[in-house]
Amino acid sequence: MLQVEDIHISFGVLKALNGVSLEIHKGEILAIIGPNGAGKTSLVNVINGVYNPAQGHIFFENQDLTIMPHHHIAALGIARTFQNVALFKGMTVLDNIMVGRNLKMRSNFFAQGIYWGFAQREEIRHREVVERVIDWLEIEHIRKTPAGMLPYGLQKRVELGRALAAEPKLLLLDEPMAGMNLEEKEDIARFILDANEELGTTIALIEHDMGVVMDISDQVVVLDYGEKIAEGPPEEIRHNEKVIKAYLGTARQK
Amino acid sequence: MIFAVEVVIGGLLVGIMYSLVALGFVLIYKASGIFNFAQGDMTLFAALALVGFLSILPLWLSIIGVLAIMIVLAIAIEAIVLRPLVARPPLALFMATIGLGFLLQGIGQGIWGTDPKGLNIGISDIPFEVKGLMISQFDLVGAALSGGLVFGLVWFFQKSRTGRALRAVSDDHEAALSVGISLKKAWAITWAISGVVALVAGIMWGSRLGVQFSLSLIALKALPVLILGGIDSIPGAIIAGLVVGASENLAEVFVGPYVGGGIQTFFPYLLALLVLWFKPYGMFGREIIERV
Amino acid sequence: MIYRECGVFKATYGADMAIFPIPLDRWGMILILIVAFIGMPFLASDYWLSSILIPFLVFSLAALGLNFLTGYAGQLSLGHAAFMAVGAYASLILYGRYEVPLLLSLLGGGLVAAAVGTVFGIPSLRIKGFYLAVSTLAAQFIIEWGLTHWKWISGGVFGTVDTPPMQVFAWPIDTPVKKYYLVLCFVVLLTTFGKNLVRSQVGRAWMAIRDMDVAAEIIGISLFRHKLLAFAVSSFYAGVAGGLITFTYYGAANIEAFNLMVSFHLLGMIIIGGMGSVLGSFFGGGFITLLPIFINQFARSFGTMLRSDLLACIELIVFGGLIIFFLIVEPYGLARLWQTLKEKLRLWPFPY
Repeated sequence: MLQVEDIHISFGVLKALNGVSLEIHKGEILAIIGPNGAGKTSLVNVINGVYNPAQGHIFFENQDLTIMPHHHIAALGIARTFQNVALFKGMTVLDNIMVGRNLKMRSNFFAQGIYWGFAQREEIRHREVVERVIDWLEIEHIRKTPAGMLPYGLQKRVELGRALAAEPKLLLLDEPMAGMNLEEKEDIARFILDANEELGTTIALIEHDMGVVMDISDQVVVLDYGEKIAEGPPEEIRHNEKVIKAYLGTARQK
Repeated sequence: MIFAVEVVIGGLLVGIMYSLVALGFVLIYKASGIFNFAQGDMTLFAALALVGFLSILPLWLSIIGVLAIMIVLAIAIEAIVLRPLVARPPLALFMATIGLGFLLQGIGQGIWGTDPKGLNIGISDIPFEVKGLMISQFDLVGAALSGGLVFGLVWFFQKSRTGRALRAVSDDHEAALSVGISLKKAWAITWAISGVVALVAGIMWGSRLGVQFSLSLIALKALPVLILGGIDSIPGAIIAGLVVGASENLAEVFVGPYVGGGIQTFFPYLLALLVLWFKPYGMFGREIIERV
Repeated sequence: MIYRECGVFKATYGADMAIFPIPLDRWGMILILIVAFIGMPFLASDYWLSSILIPFLVFSLAALGLNFLTGYAGQLSLGHAAFMAVGAYASLILYGRYEVPLLLSLLGGGLVAAAVGTVFGIPSLRIKGFYLAVSTLAAQFIIEWGLTHWKWISGGVFGTVDTPPMQVFAWPIDTPVKKYYLVLCFVVLLTTFGKNLVRSQVGRAWMAIRDMDVAAEIIGISLFRHKLLAFAVSSFYAGVAGGLITFTYYGAANIEAFNLMVSFHLLGMIIIGGMGSVLGSFFGGGFITLLPIFINQFARSFGTMLRSDLLACIELIVFGGLIIFFLIVEPYGLARLWQTLKEKLRLWPFPY
């Protein structure tokens, strides 16, 4: 579904990605792991269109993402969450998730200004979809709270909701469980698995918690210093020499 | 041809004075991350205070008096306006300085009156000749003083310990706090310096144009200089000031008559806009890379 | 217990998303509209109608426009009054010179202002933050210069163009009451349109851009379209407001009426009234319009008639001081204070 070919990108003198290639297959859960600074977020940012790679291409269902205007990429069905929660802090949870429906809404500017009629019906229709997402993520009690006032764990969940509301084909998750306790992690893991099984969403996630990675992913890619050093099912990666060396001292297996 | 050179030189000299005002902005921004929209009103306030003092005190005492006032003002601003807004987004602080500007305008004009006043500090305005070019003596002195002050400030920021501390504060408030730099003092010092700059600028421009409300509009002239050079770049302020001064004069003299004159009000802005389109952070400003 | 919010359950999403979900709010609004349309003309003197209510309504409309751009979409604009000027001159030229019907002229003035505003909004696609704020000043100065120096528009630097007598569909609009109605109708319609905009996807997209534009773009919101839309809409509102006030209040189009100070007044209106709030625009508009009157009355109560320049100084001090005050104490302005008050009333007399 997604082919990443030979991506190079630098920030000043720092070469963040040095010829990374990988493939994500439809319906699978791919985990991208690696020590801090390996280039994982940069890779996801390149896929998403936040950065333009200096070299290389990315094909999503045979369309080249690197030559498209950035806001078109989302329209193709790619959604993501961010490492440092990129919620719109001034808006309520409900509004944040409704923004996720942006691409699906058709009414134009005038219709919205007049509201009663076409635009209102559309708003209600999309509200129903968003409410389903809210139910699913069990955040009904905070739907009118401004996002900036929520605790960190809930913010991450709302961000997941916003991404899911767009009904994406591919969901990119950047450390969705960072800073959470065990229960919260289990909740999010459950949501991710449900999204993959019930909704058929292909998922790529960056994660540091090896237990989670081993449990839920179908395929794992390991990055280190901007290069791919290993790729394969979780069991193989766990015993891979290079991977263990890269993580020397940091792996805490469950 | 001679005339064109005179226009350019005149513009350059004025430009240095623009640079001085712009420098006031840059200093405050560099040290506290705040864009002080009230800088022009501070200039007016300083000039008004000076004229007020001059009517009862000799020149040097008056200057010291105004300096004292500006320092007290700086401390007051830091305590009343800046500290409560420490945690806020920079745009909120910017708008607070807009409010501050009005406050200073109102207080200054309330105390010292709104009618235009002359400011004479003993520099004559007779032009003198250099190799066949007419140069205004006043402009020359103004440029020299401004240039000297600019150099002094650059040295202060780059070489002295206090300057280094101020630069640290501008980069990251919390990190600076964690190494023991007192934010309160740093900001008070910066605003005091900026007040001094405002005073010198006020003297220069006040002598040139008379001390009245329109003096605070000089800041509006300095704004395009500021964004052209980059709001956190001292060399940027200097170079941009020269560029704006010279080009605005040239434009007014040579293009002006064809379109009805009055170009100088907006020409610097147009120039700045064009440059910003290609360099959104000014010629030398630091680019802010957002990490998501 | 007077102001009940609990016990008000919504059975449909449509009801939940209504402008006034709480019945008391709804009745309050209806009451205000009744007073505005029916009560005012009988109760208020001509002076009140023409010198207070009309400027209040018009400037609130302009402030609402600025609120779309700065409060919702997060693009700070320091030159908004210039777009009012564009609308003023444009509508005057349409009506006076080309004899376009009045209503169309006013809307036309808004459209011209929207076009100009869009052009000046282009820098916002590349420039951000303080740099953008200063660039918006360019609009103020360039437009001021253009309107006064372009003879076709203004008839010369010192030209003030008088408004011809107004009529709508052959009804002459010559009394304060009729002018008031004209302004009121425009304001009510445009405010409703605006309120609908901000509670729809457009408003959400704007707020997303304000809060984190990088993320907004990745979700698929076109920054290009929405930023320019914000400039266009806000300038439209400013342009209509400029036309309205020229016809119904000033009686002549004069560039001085839309100078830099007015731009700052508009900004002050939304800071004090509440950024990102339709109601806030009106709070701010009312506040700033009434401020000089309050100060005058206040000074009079001390028995002195203040010299006009001293009065002006006091206005500046109060204006500046209030901006700072609100930014420190209640950055969301009077609108948030109002909301907090309502919430306290909910539980009154049992606050806890």
